[in-house]
Amino acid sequence: MDIQIRNIHKQFAGFPALDDVSLAVSSGELIALLGPSGSGKTTLLRIIAGLEFPDRGQILFGGEDMSRRAVRERNIGFVFQHYALFKHMTVLDNIAFGLSVRRKAERPARAAIRAKALELLELVQLGGLEQRYPHQLSGGQKQRVALARALAIDPRVLLLDEPFGALDAKVRKDLRRWLRELHQQTGYTTVFVTHDQEEALELADRVVIMNRGRIEQVGTVDDVYETPRTPFVFDFLGDSNVLDAEVRGRELRLPGAGEALVTDSIHPAGLVDLYVRPGDLRLAEPGRAGIDVRVTEVQRTGPILRASAALVANGSVVSIELPHLHHDAPAFRVGAQLRLRMMQFSVYPAPRTSSTGPTQTPVREREPGQRGRG
Amino acid sequence: MTQHTDHSLLDPPKLPFEPLLQRNAVVTEQPWVRWLLTAAALAFLGFFLLLPLVGVFTEALRHGLGVYRDALMDPDALDAVRLTLLVAAIAVPLNLVFGVAAAWAIAKFEFRGKTLLTTLIDLPFSVSPVVAGLIYVLMFGAQGWLGPWLIAHDLQIIFAVPGIVLATVFVTFPFIARELIPLMQEQGTDDELAALSLGANGWQCFRHVTLPNIKWGLLYGVLLCNARAMGEFGAVSVVSGHIRGETNTMPLHVEILYNEYNFAAAFAVASLLAGLALVTLALKSILEARHGGELSTSRRH
Repeated sequence: MDIQIRNIHKQFAGFPALDDVSLAVSSGELIALLGPSGSGKTTLLRIIAGLEFPDRGQILFGGEDMSRRAVRERNIGFVFQHYALFKHMTVLDNIAFGLSVRRKAERPARAAIRAKALELLELVQLGGLEQRYPHQLSGGQKQRVALARALAIDPRVLLLDEPFGALDAKVRKDLRRWLRELHQQTGYTTVFVTHDQEEALELADRVVIMNRGRIEQVGTVDDVYETPRTPFVFDFLGDSNVLDAEVRGRELRLPGAGEALVTDSIHPAGLVDLYVRPGDLRLAEPGRAGIDVRVTEVQRTGPILRASAALVANGSVVSIELPHLHHDAPAFRVGAQLRLRMMQFSVYPAPRTSSTGPTQTPVREREPGQRGRG
Repeated sequence: MTQHTDHSLLDPPKLPFEPLLQRNAVVTEQPWVRWLLTAAALAFLGFFLLLPLVGVFTEALRHGLGVYRDALMDPDALDAVRLTLLVAAIAVPLNLVFGVAAAWAIAKFEFRGKTLLTTLIDLPFSVSPVVAGLIYVLMFGAQGWLGPWLIAHDLQIIFAVPGIVLATVFVTFPFIARELIPLMQEQGTDDELAALSLGANGWQCFRHVTLPNIKWGLLYGVLLCNARAMGEFGAVSVVSGHIRGETNTMPLHVEILYNEYNFAAAFAVASLLAGLALVTLALKSILEARHGGELSTSRRH
C-alpha cells in the first residue's frame, strides 16, 4: 500500500519538530528515514503510525485519508526500538495478540490463530521457541518476535523505529541482511527510522535524509551518496573535508593554489565551500598535476592509510584516506611535499554569502579529468 | 629544585606518610565503637518496636486463654470486627479503582493540571486524620453544609457506617495510587501503544497488557491500603460517634475498653490488629522478595 505524506507540520512546545514535510512512498518500497537525533524522523514515523497527530497536513494510505484515524484503525505494524513485547505472554501469545483481540466477527478460530502465529514464527526463523517468554530470548530474537507480532495482523504498512538500535554490532549486521530478505519475500511497504547511515544505505530502496524537521534530500542510495544536494547531506553521509574555494569568471580554484579545478563552473562568481571526502583524495609526486601540499601526519590502520596534509597555499589541513594497494609511492612520510588530487568533490555556496546562498541549488562538480568515475 | 617523575599505576609514588589502616579502609572505627553503635541500634529497636509488640500479646494472654477468648467473643467485639471488615471491604475496592484510574491517568497521559492532581493524591498523607474526619463532619454533620438536606431525606452519614467508610477511603486514598504511579511511569507507554497498534481497544489494552504489568505492585498497594483501612483511628474516631455494636471499629473498640480499665479485653482486641500487622508484613516481605523487580522502585512505606 502506498503512503502519501502531505505538508505535515508538527510543533512540540513551540519548537517545530516537523516543518512542511511531504513524501511519497510507493507500494512495496523499503524506505529509511535517516537523520541525527532531533531531526524529526521519529516524529514523522509516529505520525504515519497514528501515535502522534500532525498540527497540519495529511497522511494517506492508498489514497485513503488517515490523518484523523486512531492508531488502532490504521492497521499498521509498528516495531518499537525496545521491542515492547508483552512480558507475561509467551512468544506465541505475543504474536497471536493482534488476531485474538479482534472483534468476534472478524476473529479467526483459535486453531487458525495458532497456525498463523506458528507460521510467522517460522518466517522469522524462531520455530520451536513458541513457549518461551520474552525474558528468555536474546535481543535479536526479541526483535524478530516483535516483527512477527506486527506482521500477524497483515498490516497495510510496516513501520520500524530504530529497529536495530539496541542490538550489538554483529547481531545488527545479521538482522539487517535478514530484514532485507524478509522484505523481498513479503513485500510490505516499510518505513524505518535510523540514525545509522550505513544501516540506511545498506537496507533501503530510498533514503530520506532529515535535518531540523525538514527533508534535506530523498533519493536512492546512489543518488544521495553521489549527488548530495546540501552540505548537510554531504557531511552526514560520511567524513568530509571543507575547503574555501572561489569562483572567478567560470573558473573554480582554491585561493593561492595554481591551476583551476574546474573551468566551466556553473556557480556565480564568489566564495564557495568545497566538500571532498578523505577517500576521494589522492597524493601524487611533485611535478604531476594537483595542488601543492605538505604531509603532516601518516598513520596506517589496517587496510587504509590515513594521512593529513596542509595546503601549501593557505595552510588548510585535509585528511586523506588511501586504499592499501594505492600507496605504492615511497614518498608518503611526514614533511614530504606532494601534489593533492581530488577524484570528486561537491561545491556549495558559502554560508557567509547567504544573501543568495540558500536559494541556490548546489550542483556537484567534478574534476574534468575524473568525470568517468562512478 | 623540583624534579618531575612519571609514576605508572604499577609503580605508585611513595606516600609521605604511612596509611593508617592497611587492610580495610571502609571501616575505620575501633571494634568497641562498632559494637557500641550496633548494640545501641539494637536496643533502640528492641525497646521501641519489639517490646511493645511482645507486650500486646503478653497483656492479652495475661489472664489465660479463656479470658482472651471471652474478650474476643464478646458481642460488641464481634460487631467491631465485623464493622472493620465491612469498612475495609468497601474502602479497599473503591481505592483500588480510584488508585488504578488515577495512576493510569498520571503515568500514561499528559494533561493540564497533572501536577495538581499528583499533589492532591498526597493530601491524605500530609493532613492529620483528625482534620480529615472534621471535614466530613463539617460537610455531612447535622450542622454541616449538606446536613439539612441529608436530614430532610433521612440519610445519616456522620455517626454511621457511610461516614466511617468515607473517612477511611480518604485516609487510605494514596496507598495504591502512590505505589502504582512510579511503577507505571517507569514502564512507559510502549507496551500499550503496541497493543493499540495491533488493534486492541482500551479495555483489552488495560486488561491484557497494563494490568499484568502492574499486578504485583497493585497487590502490594492493596495490602498496605487494607492494613491502614483496618487500623485507622483518628479520622474514624471523629465521624463514628462510638456507638457500641453499631459504629465501633476495632481500633475504637480497643480505646473504649482501655478507657474502661478493661485491659485484658483491650489487649485481646489489640492483639488481633497486631496480628494483622504481622501478616501484612509477612506478605509484604514475600512480595518484595519474589517480585521486587515488578514493584515500584521507590519505597516510601
